[in-house]
Amino acid sequence: MLDLIGGTPIVDVSALSPKSNVTILAKLEGRNPGGSVKDRVALSLVDAAERDGLLIAGKPDQILLEPSSGNTGIALAMVCRLRGYHLKVVLPANVSPERRQLLHAWGAEIIESPGSEGSNGAVRLAQSLSAQNPEWVFLYQYANPANPEAHYRTTGPEILADVPEITHFVAGLGTSGTLMGVGRYLKEHRPDVQIWAVEPPSGEMVDGLRNLDDGYIPPIFLENHGGDLLDRKIVVRPRESIEWTRRFTEVGLFVGLSSGAIIAGAVKCANLIPDDETATIVTIVCDDGWKYLSTGAWSDDIDDVVERAKKIIYF
Amino acid sequence: MGGDTSVVVEGDTVGEVLDRLTASHPNVKGQLLNDDGTLHRFLNVYVNDDDVRYLGGINAPITNGDEITLLPAVAGGTL
Repeated sequence: MLDLIGGTPIVDVSALSPKSNVTILAKLEGRNPGGSVKDRVALSLVDAAERDGLLIAGKPDQILLEPSSGNTGIALAMVCRLRGYHLKVVLPANVSPERRQLLHAWGAEIIESPGSEGSNGAVRLAQSLSAQNPEWVFLYQYANPANPEAHYRTTGPEILADVPEITHFVAGLGTSGTLMGVGRYLKEHRPDVQIWAVEPPSGEMVDGLRNLDDGYIPPIFLENHGGDLLDRKIVVRPRESIEWTRRFTEVGLFVGLSSGAIIAGAVKCANLIPDDETATIVTIVCDDGWKYLSTGAWSDDIDDVVERAKKIIYF
Repeated sequence: MGGDTSVVVEGDTVGEVLDRLTASHPNVKGQLLNDDGTLHRFLNVYVNDDDVRYLGGINAPITNGDEITLLPAVAGGTL
């Protein structure tokens, strides 16, 4: 199964483009066996740990720890199930129930962090658990070079091979692994390609500046000089994200909500291309919509969904 | 910011707007800018949803009606 990770298809979703001179292509990462782009990262993290001797294949009772609000946890749980490791996932209490159930399905153990603290809270709790339990292997996707490396080694080359005419790459900014890995690869081979980051909406913990001192910048973003690598970073609001998640069905795609945010960012990017130029934007569909059905994103009144999105981690 | 979630401030650049904001709301000053006037590293400032770090930082120009959003840096995304 792990051999099926990567090599995902890229499809033309230009029907969603606001301009006829701008092509928009989407790489379908939901086609990975674990259901998201994070399969690449999870496999890379575990392979690197085995290579470095942190994990020993076949040795019983080895424990891994990882903070994740969803996809990395699920992908790691699948890899750990196949490789025989025990995974503990630190998960904010307010993630959609499908994610929790998927972690159970793959045999992972869930440790809850306070929902009000969001992903930052999960990171903090995992760091403190790691300090108390040094025998647990803490792969820590936010700081592990194997995360961007997965995208530098696989996602980036796949995109350039399939879309040599690429002018812009637009992806979501979470750990920054996708943007750092793909961005670095593309800049090395096509220095003119613009790298755009889309910051997904992050719920009520960003309403105001109460927690500024609890801010967090992923170490891999700093190590890869993310500030220089990115050409632009935009934030997308919950309403736009959900509207665009719904609109993806117009091109035959049922996608997760962060992909709605990313296509909204790609559309903003397209709107800035002058009429007398052509552009080819490549975006990432991180995962499919199945894990988000309980949010009512496709069926409920959009005002209700947006209101709920402030309290539950959808993205 | 004193309970307000949005305020109207004048200025031609992001820096000018933040200066006037902190003058009228002194309690937020140390939270927004470093002593040398640069942006706090955990503060993201957006003009119409565009991060100003990629538009010239505090020198990014502002025009009438622009909306500036201040958000803390978080470990977001479908991690």
